[in-house]
Amino acid sequence: MSEPVVSPPADSVAAEPSKLARLGRSVAYAIVLALLGLFAFGLVQANSGPREAGLAPDFTLTGFDGRTVTLSQLRGQVVIVNFWASWCPPCREEAAYLEQTWRKYRDRGVVFIGVDWVDTDKEARAYIEEFDITYLNGPDLATRIADAYRIRGVPETFFIDKAGALQGVHIGPLQAPDLDDKIDELLALPASAP
Amino acid sequence: MIRKLLLALVVVLLSLAAGQAASAQGNGPIQPTDDQVNAIAKKLYCPVCPNTPLDVCETKACQDWRAQIRDELASGWTEPQIIDYFVAQYGERVLAEPQRKGFTSLVWLLPVLAVALGIGVTWQVLRSWQRARAPAVSAPTDAPPLSAALLDRIERELRDLD
Amino acid sequence: MLADLGLASLFIAFLLSVYATAAGALAGARHREAWAESARNASLLTFPLLTLSVGALVYALYSLDFTLAYVADVSSQTMSPFLRVTALWGGQQGSLLFWAWLMASFVAAVLLRKWRRNRDLMPYFIATSMLTTTFFIGLVVFISNPFARLWLVPGADELTTAVFQPAQAMLYAAEDGQGLNPLLRHFGMIGHPPTTYLGFTGFVIPFSFAIAALLSGKARDEEWIRTSRSWTLVAWIFLTIGLVLGGRWAYDVLGWGGFWGWDPVENAMLMPWLTGTAFLHSVMITEKRGMLKVWSVALIILTYSLSLFGTFITRTGVIGSVHAFAKTALGPVFFAFIGLTFLGSLSLLLNNLKTLRAEHELESVLSRETAFLLQNTLFVGITFAVFWGTVFPMVSELVTGTKVTVGPPYFRAVTGPLFLALLVLMAIAPLMAWRKQSPRGLLRSLAAPLAASAVISAVWGFSHRMHPASFLALWMVSFGSSAIAFEFWKGIRARMQARGENPLKALATLLQRSHRRYGAMVIHLGVLMVAMGFVGDAYFKQETHATVSAGESVQLGGYELRFNGLRQYAGSDGRAILEASATLAQDGRLIRELRPRRDFFVAQDQPSTVPAVLSTPGEDVYVILVGWDEAAMSWATFKMYINPLINWAWAGGVIMVLGTLIAVWSFGEAEASYRLRPGLVASVVVTKE
Repeated sequence: MSEPVVSPPADSVAAEPSKLARLGRSVAYAIVLALLGLFAFGLVQANSGPREAGLAPDFTLTGFDGRTVTLSQLRGQVVIVNFWASWCPPCREEAAYLEQTWRKYRDRGVVFIGVDWVDTDKEARAYIEEFDITYLNGPDLATRIADAYRIRGVPETFFIDKAGALQGVHIGPLQAPDLDDKIDELLALPASAP
Repeated sequence: MIRKLLLALVVVLLSLAAGQAASAQGNGPIQPTDDQVNAIAKKLYCPVCPNTPLDVCETKACQDWRAQIRDELASGWTEPQIIDYFVAQYGERVLAEPQRKGFTSLVWLLPVLAVALGIGVTWQVLRSWQRARAPAVSAPTDAPPLSAALLDRIERELRDLD
Repeated sequence: MLADLGLASLFIAFLLSVYATAAGALAGARHREAWAESARNASLLTFPLLTLSVGALVYALYSLDFTLAYVADVSSQTMSPFLRVTALWGGQQGSLLFWAWLMASFVAAVLLRKWRRNRDLMPYFIATSMLTTTFFIGLVVFISNPFARLWLVPGADELTTAVFQPAQAMLYAAEDGQGLNPLLRHFGMIGHPPTTYLGFTGFVIPFSFAIAALLSGKARDEEWIRTSRSWTLVAWIFLTIGLVLGGRWAYDVLGWGGFWGWDPVENAMLMPWLTGTAFLHSVMITEKRGMLKVWSVALIILTYSLSLFGTFITRTGVIGSVHAFAKTALGPVFFAFIGLTFLGSLSLLLNNLKTLRAEHELESVLSRETAFLLQNTLFVGITFAVFWGTVFPMVSELVTGTKVTVGPPYFRAVTGPLFLALLVLMAIAPLMAWRKQSPRGLLRSLAAPLAASAVISAVWGFSHRMHPASFLALWMVSFGSSAIAFEFWKGIRARMQARGENPLKALATLLQRSHRRYGAMVIHLGVLMVAMGFVGDAYFKQETHATVSAGESVQLGGYELRFNGLRQYAGSDGRAILEASATLAQDGRLIRELRPRRDFFVAQDQPSTVPAVLSTPGEDVYVILVGWDEAAMSWATFKMYINPLINWAWAGGVIMVLGTLIAVWSFGEAEASYRLRPGLVASVVVTKE
């Protein structure tokens, strides 16, 4: 700032922008940047897939049969969280396999939780009865659990280890022996976080 | 003997009729029409398909939901009850019209503010225009007299101008 | 072979457009004539090169060259040759190339026509318009290339799509393609994307001229407006047609009985139309009186940015919609470009505020100047309301974590009153004088239309159901139309008295000599007709949903639809058709047989509802088949709508096009008559009376 200050020519159209004008300008830029930020967020959201790593979001689910389960109370056990819906054909493909695998592992420290996503009570109960599902299944009220896990659709299955951390997600129907393999893998992991 | 039999028959028939009447009443109100279901479904959006109102959506899931509305109507639920149930089950996004409370009220509030702001801005601009107005005369009667040549030209141009 | 040529010319076009942008910018900064010429040549050359690329792709689609991944995606043997050609814009890659080509053609046309006259604006015009063209060509070349092929890479169990051959991969030629999504095989789909793209890309011309004016310090003059005036009108009418065709297509194909759902992508197209219409009007006053310069520049920046934003939303799925293309890697790049463009133009505008603001005088608040200011404010207000409603779901998710849906109830409630005010303004403004309008004079001009509209709406209200809002809307439509009718009548009568012409000749001469004014009135009439269609849809619609067995009827309004039976057969292009036969009667009188269908495209696993419609000027009877007895075909479920006044919307669209043609016809030469200062004439006329 060593240059001498030059006074503006006498016939200039207007003087220095007033404080109000400068405030207005800053507000305009702030709004535009906020909007751009919003769309950047939207873009990231649109392109992000389901949660795959990190601590599994905690939730409490009340089953159709009245039982309740809270995820954080299941530490020390391997947890398989499966999102499904009665109107979803691929879900039906894996339903029998899921129940079968549950029965195989239920006494080995593995818990299966079925989260029913945007479904009707009647149809959901009929589905459970049809496949004789014995592990806990409950409606995801207000889709809170689905939103927390950022699912894109059904069926999606999340694998949670004994320390409560997410160890991946399977999108689409599970086929033998994928689930068995994954559970064996998770059972081999230590109970405390590495 | 025959009278006893006849009496028994009458009793049986009467009780059958009574049973029918009782069960007809026990069935509850008549099955709601599709139009009644749609009147409520119109106010909801399909929780799964993007931007599709529930009365229009043709997927199996939507049919299940409309069936649910029908069952609830048949059980005597009122419209607000059904809508609240859907919101509790599926979240706020199932409502076609955003609520007017909580954070969502902002969606309604901002346009009102914007309109108020627009009126304010327009008023200010108009005033600044009037303030800047030149003191020159503008009323027709104060206009300087026009020369005959100018008047002629104006008349000619007017004719051509329509 | 031809595809390779197309790819090569595409790449060369990219290089040329980069060069043109740089040369144009340098020419503007350094005032070098030679560089400007060079930039112009490069830009002109881009167009034939892109034409070659487009031609190559069209040929590949037509001849079913399934080595190209894009062709395998959107074309198939069951599609007619005509449909195959239109598949050019049926998928992401092709439509982007199509977009770039249209943009280049607009720029080339301007450079051919206007080169001589606007030398000072030209260098920066080239820089701005070619920057955008470069961006879109770049998207096509590097991210979303229609000339990519399908390869079998050893070891992978899926096919790879790539432009150049991956290591040791083999070319894979599919036996048949997927084919265009069945919902897109309709005349609306044929017309909707090209006209919409023409509209969106067309706005790059006035935008580039505005930026050029700002950059070269010529924003004070109105030259940039005069130069781009006709291009603005062309872009605008195409965008309008695109909107109407989109609505028509939704009505015919999507089977929900309506034509406008306030879906995010629909809104994304409506917003630039709103600001574009405001811009179209605002430049009139800027050109004539030098007023509202900041508004005009701001409006074209908004229009152009909203066009980019519109295509961004559609292509990246940022806001979920039934409309969106499949997601690709376009998002971040597009986002960066929009951000830079908008921020850049905004800062240019804000830095030049001093230059743009001129001293204005206003005689009276009641004047046409005020009307223009009001219309700008109203349009921007509506645009804001639509924008806010469209992005609010994202805002809500960001701030509170819960998703909400903002549906038609919001948009109708918020924009309805604003549109009403706008339409009333549209009726009154042409009757207002510049500078100062005497209230008495205005009332005199309005007396006849007010009386006529009061009578019409009273009669209508008497014989139809009268929802207060609908009554108001109908009054507004009749008020506007009578105002226009009376203006025409005044003009015709003046000519009859002054020149002794008969009414028809008077009308023809009016339309020819004052084509801008009367063409605009015809456009406004079309707008009112479209408004009528919306009013009918919002307030007078009836619908019913019923299941009936053969022989039973569905009742709605005075209509009775008797279900006769179902039949199944195969269509010519491999679709399975289930058709219901029904007879429509009104008040006991037989009208017609209607055959609503449910088609199923086996190859794409896609169902499609085909409505059966009876169209009359007063209303449409719209029937769709929503359910049926799969086992015994003995019953069917129908949805039946009565859509009053809907055909006025389509007719209104046609009238708008007609009006635009009238307004544009011989637009070059009628300028002279506008040189006369209207204010002076108006005041003299008042004196003489």
